[in-house]
Amino acid sequence: MEPVPNIAPFIGYVYPNETVVPWTVLIVVYPYLTGLVAGAFTVSSLYQVFGMQRFKPVAHLALLTSLCCMLVVPTPLLLHLGHPERALNAMITPHTTSAFAIFGYAASFYVLLLLLENWFVFRPHIVREAQRTNGALRLFYRVLSFGSDDLSEKAMRYDRKWIFALAVIGIPAAHGLHGYVGFVFGSLKSREWWSSDLMPAIFLFSAIISGTALVIVIYVISCRLRKEAVDLPCLKGMAYTLWGFMMFTLLLEGVEFASLVYRGREGTEMILEFVKGPLIVPFVILQFGIGSAMPLVVLTLMIWRGIGGKMLIAGVFVSACLVLLAVLMMRWNVIIGGQEISKTGKGLLTYTPTFLGREGLLVAASVIAAPFVLLSIMVRIFPPWSHAIRAP
Amino acid sequence: MTETRNKSADARRGFLRLLGGVVACAGAAAAGKVAVRPDEAAAEPSTVTPPAIPGYDWTKHRWAFGVDASKCIGCLRCVEACKRENEVIGDAHHFRTWVERYVYLEGEETPRVDSHSDPVNIEASGSEHEYRFANRYKDAKVEKAYFVPKLCNHCTHPACVQVCPTGATYRTDDGVVVIDHKYCIGCQYCVQACPYGARFFNEEKQVTDKCTWCYHRITKGLQPACVVVCPVGARIFGDLRDKQSSMSQFIRNNRTRVLKPESGNAPNVYYVGLDKDVF
Repeated sequence: MEPVPNIAPFIGYVYPNETVVPWTVLIVVYPYLTGLVAGAFTVSSLYQVFGMQRFKPVAHLALLTSLCCMLVVPTPLLLHLGHPERALNAMITPHTTSAFAIFGYAASFYVLLLLLENWFVFRPHIVREAQRTNGALRLFYRVLSFGSDDLSEKAMRYDRKWIFALAVIGIPAAHGLHGYVGFVFGSLKSREWWSSDLMPAIFLFSAIISGTALVIVIYVISCRLRKEAVDLPCLKGMAYTLWGFMMFTLLLEGVEFASLVYRGREGTEMILEFVKGPLIVPFVILQFGIGSAMPLVVLTLMIWRGIGGKMLIAGVFVSACLVLLAVLMMRWNVIIGGQEISKTGKGLLTYTPTFLGREGLLVAASVIAAPFVLLSIMVRIFPPWSHAIRAP
Repeated sequence: MTETRNKSADARRGFLRLLGGVVACAGAAAAGKVAVRPDEAAAEPSTVTPPAIPGYDWTKHRWAFGVDASKCIGCLRCVEACKRENEVIGDAHHFRTWVERYVYLEGEETPRVDSHSDPVNIEASGSEHEYRFANRYKDAKVEKAYFVPKLCNHCTHPACVQVCPTGATYRTDDGVVVIDHKYCIGCQYCVQACPYGARFFNEEKQVTDKCTWCYHRITKGLQPACVVVCPVGARIFGDLRDKQSSMSQFIRNNRTRVLKPESGNAPNVYYVGLDKDVF
């Protein structure tokens, strides 16, 4: 047998079996990715459903980003499973009482929805390319058009109806999928750090801010690469969205932590010791200090002072990068943190991820990078830039 | 041309209608699946096919386990027997049963707790395959000390069974929580859900693992390995359906308690001689 990975040293008393950490850095990546999916979809819906025209430049980019992230979501889970070849057991014979049994269905439904909405959004491009190009590329686009090459005003109206409907269904689907990920953790009564009714809501709001931040980062970088000017009203709109939802997120996180401490149930002393000790850097400094307080101050200043131009772009971009870090740290602090507090309530463990190996940092980083590699290919096949998709 | 266009639009509509139908059905099926009370599956008799064990009818038994902590001397024979009987991974991180030691030193308010898997005790035994409690408090003034054997509680409402996404782990009709190692996907959700730390991941088989009360033995009329080897009778096992069994008598003659009753799992390992500090 290979040496057992993830053995965690401990202080105090922990149950002997707890010294092997069950959920590793891959399970940190999984909710991070689903969060990005839900958040990016929200940005896209602000245009598609709520008709906010200022988000038009990023609407399709956000939708494509959402799809690319969603396609990678099952990967960290499959890599984590002891028997990935049996993964479908959960769909063939779903155990009805399990919070996790529905994942396969929910994820499949959402992937289907995203594929369909993307197809409608990029159909004009697909049809035009099928007529314009030659050879293999022509065949590729022709197959992708599914024989639907009608771009008349009537057909486009029909398409728009579908895009609207899919986006409307997509909002509860995306948010449900992510809120449900929060439920997977929040519903476990065995861990005080997880067991909270607010967990689904916290996961959801942090998802929205991470997705919005991701769209900001990708949009600014793509403008740079394509040597195009950043649409400032659009960027400002995303900054407002980020700022607003950050308020909700921080409030919920604050309320959750306060009620945990205030209730002071058994094991709370250990949790406080944990927060004041090993969690100072990842929780207090990275997640709240650098990741949340700093971007909040920067964004507030930007909005308050009405800053524009390059300063606005730089400020919002840096804030978005910090928010992406904060949400990653939030996932880490919830998932790893929860397992570092012993179920005995009398001990603390220390999980240190390995670099190599199936559940190591290298694999986790690759899984996080995969959607963006995929996206960089996708934007070449389906350009999401606003001028590329116009009705004929 | 117009006709072609209409045709293609019609075809698209048809395709989408079909797809919409499929999606709606899948969604409805999934929603129906989860709309079940969480403890329903655990409380009802299992729908699983009973094991094909000659002469054994699982509807005729109701197993339970007793621990008299005041008798335990911490010799750890139970731990070694369990490891051998069930081929549990031989290191300090995988146990189907373990023993905790609570020591109250003079002048200290809370007990010092350790188990045989504590690094100090492993160092004393010299190997991760052998277990003993090091005499680490020999220079201190000990006011009170006792041992507490622990194992899977085979709960009536097991949180581990509730969360299993495939149903690979289930409660048998005779009251034992077992895992189908051929069906488990190894997600370790059950490891997280167990408040007692009774479950672990078996890296050899890549599935989760835990105590089965030696199901392969008890269904043949034998006692679990840990019960057999205990030299002081601190571990009791028996059938609650048999009013004269050692377990029925243990519950009848003692005032017992269970661990973490507030978890709502309704555990089935009954303890005698526990102190308030045992968690």
